Amino acid sequence: MSRMQSRMIEGGRLHLNDGPIDLIIGAGGPERALAYGAARARFATVLDELCAELPLLRQRTNRRPEGPTARRMWAATLGHDDFITPMAAVAGSVAEEILAAMTSAAKLDRAYVNNGGDIAFHLGEGAEYRIGLVDRPDNPSLFADAVLTSSDAVRGVATSGWRGRSFSLGIADAVTVLARSASIADAAATIIANAVDLPGHPNITRLPASGLQPDSDLGERLVTRGVGFLTQREIAEALNRGVTRAGELKERGLIAACALHLAGQTRTIDRARAQRFLVNA
Amino acid sequence: MSADKIRCDACPVLCYIRDGALGACDRYGNRNGELIRIDPHILLERTIESGREVVSFLHRDKEWDGRIVEPGNTVITAIGAGTTYPDYKPAPFIVSSEVAGVDMVTVVTEGIFSYCGVKVKIDTDRHLGPETAAVRANGEQVGHITTAEYGSQMLSLGGVRHLTGGSKKEGRVTCETLLALCNGQAVEVSVDGGAQVLIEAGKPPVIDGKPEERMRVGCGSATIGMFAKQWRDHVDEVVVVDDHITGVLSEHQAGKFLCVRDTGIGIRGHRSTPGRYFKVAQPGSGWGGTDLMDPLAILKPFDAKEAWAGLRLLMVSTTGEHHAYFELDGTLIPRAMELPETLRQSVERISENCEPALSTVLFMGGAGGSLRAGVTENPVRLTKSVRDALTRVTCGGAPVYVWPGGGITFMVDVTALPANAFGYVPTPALVAPIEFTLRRDDYAALGGHMDHVRPLRDLFR
Repeated sequence: MSRMQSRMIEGGRLHLNDGPIDLIIGAGGPERALAYGAARARFATVLDELCAELPLLRQRTNRRPEGPTARRMWAATLGHDDFITPMAAVAGSVAEEILAAMTSAAKLDRAYVNNGGDIAFHLGEGAEYRIGLVDRPDNPSLFADAVLTSSDAVRGVATSGWRGRSFSLGIADAVTVLARSASIADAAATIIANAVDLPGHPNITRLPASGLQPDSDLGERLVTRGVGFLTQREIAEALNRGVTRAGELKERGLIAACALHLAGQTRTIDRARAQRFLVNA
Repeated sequence: MSADKIRCDACPVLCYIRDGALGACDRYGNRNGELIRIDPHILLERTIESGREVVSFLHRDKEWDGRIVEPGNTVITAIGAGTTYPDYKPAPFIVSSEVAGVDMVTVVTEGIFSYCGVKVKIDTDRHLGPETAAVRANGEQVGHITTAEYGSQMLSLGGVRHLTGGSKKEGRVTCETLLALCNGQAVEVSVDGGAQVLIEAGKPPVIDGKPEERMRVGCGSATIGMFAKQWRDHVDEVVVVDDHITGVLSEHQAGKFLCVRDTGIGIRGHRSTPGRYFKVAQPGSGWGGTDLMDPLAILKPFDAKEAWAGLRLLMVSTTGEHHAYFELDGTLIPRAMELPETLRQSVERISENCEPALSTVLFMGGAGGSLRAGVTENPVRLTKSVRDALTRVTCGGAPVYVWPGGGITFMVDVTALPANAFGYVPTPALVAPIEFTLRRDDYAALGGHMDHVRPLRDLFR
């Protein structure tokens, strides 16, 4: 029996699971069934392909991996000064890979592949998606939403924060990034969330990643495990660091917009989009 | 790798997991060096397709047998929902979903039951021990033998007296025994002045080292009663050999009723009432639970005044496992012959009607206390709502029987729940999932925590 699980869930969505990967997939258009079939077929081998190159993907390296999903991860994490391995973009890259399989097999009005909050989407002419933003990945409640239209260059959204499933070097509750692809958004969200920080602050609990997960790509680096009381000024200072880093990534054309959230304060990058971003705030 | 890390082999990521930590999937973890599956929720869906998916989702043969627990739509089970004790906080998940256009609310919690136990039914006619005899696990009394049922011996295990009323060890052993039985594990108990029994829900009991295979269709006398009509036209006499009560067709009430002619047969043993004999032989592994290898050993010579040459005699055991056919010769001696086809069918029918012997375990607990406060601010209204059938109670998605009278005391077949649905707290007490499902407006009316209702799709994130 195949390890991969596939089932339809309410709203005509497809749920795919394999090992640690859970995908929620939605698509609109007459060829939806065809697209779902393509998603299943492509997903069946994705985890095995990634695991075959796992040791390489856990390193910062110039060596190009072989698998198509692994290459997306590698490409999305290249060229950053920060410590980041291809693993930082694994969720977004898997979403992107599956979406690519769907759109090449079927004509769709719109579609998305949501990999634990890191989402790749396709927008046909005139289509749009309304995306809800959460302030804390472990306790999701919407604090804002964003409307994305086919005329935007954005095709990926990703969220990172220390409360989420992956380790973070920073203290952001959530950093949500819109970028032209999910893999790039994923890597950028990781970098910006790492930058939201107050180095040396006594109320922040940090532990070596390898002590928590022996095979973590972060090795001995200290990851955030708890954030105690912070003053409003400290919160603003931590967010400023993230905003600075996000601004640099925007300058380089890597991200389209970004929302940063820490202890009740929210900051956004891209003023033109801020109105839309905070429409429900 | 040091001993506190284990390597998870549930998927090709092969995470190393430290004690107390989870793997990359957040589903598998290391608890005291053992790989365990921790799911925030197990969502079961209705269709056969998803029934199959549930099987493979767990990806292990033993954990889930593919049974679709609940003929509803998506069932949110409380397994793993977590709770606090005492239950002053709203239940961890209050889920709403659209069912047939009606906005439904399922309050999902895990209840802590200090008033709880299991009723165990053991399909066997063997004597396990005298009624009220103590049943022990690891030397501690965890319950007692209670009233026997037809074809089955019954145990009542657990309960508040053993859990919290005795020594610390008694409480701990009782809690472990209940937890293991509820989670479908095998438990060995011994009965004072009786047998050693290995119990596992849904599996044949093992009594003093011997697995019980089949329940007999009934005692020898009952078998006569059930099959007399099918035999009357094809055979002159039938003896159903049984260690408990051996039945004889021509003498039995059923035979008399059908005007079966006297045959002059004589049976060794104690005659109870007409056509019913006790102690025809010693207990053993031969015919019908006796030590008989040759059934003719229980027959006296036929009475020449009533018997006749050519008389047709069927001898059969209560499970149909043993059978023989004879006809009397000119000197009225039974001679073995081949079983005629018409009789073969009736013998097969006896065998068909013997059900496999099982141990079955029903969890029984009372959800009458503070647990209700996790569901509503006005606990007695929940009880009333259950009484009025506005609120449906399920346990891990499985249907329950709610006992009439006060409180919410229910019973559930533990095999109807997903594997490892039960937990414990050191009180000691058992933790069992419990769900209350009702219409959203009914929920509001009974003082529900409406501000904590979350749409179902939130839980799929």
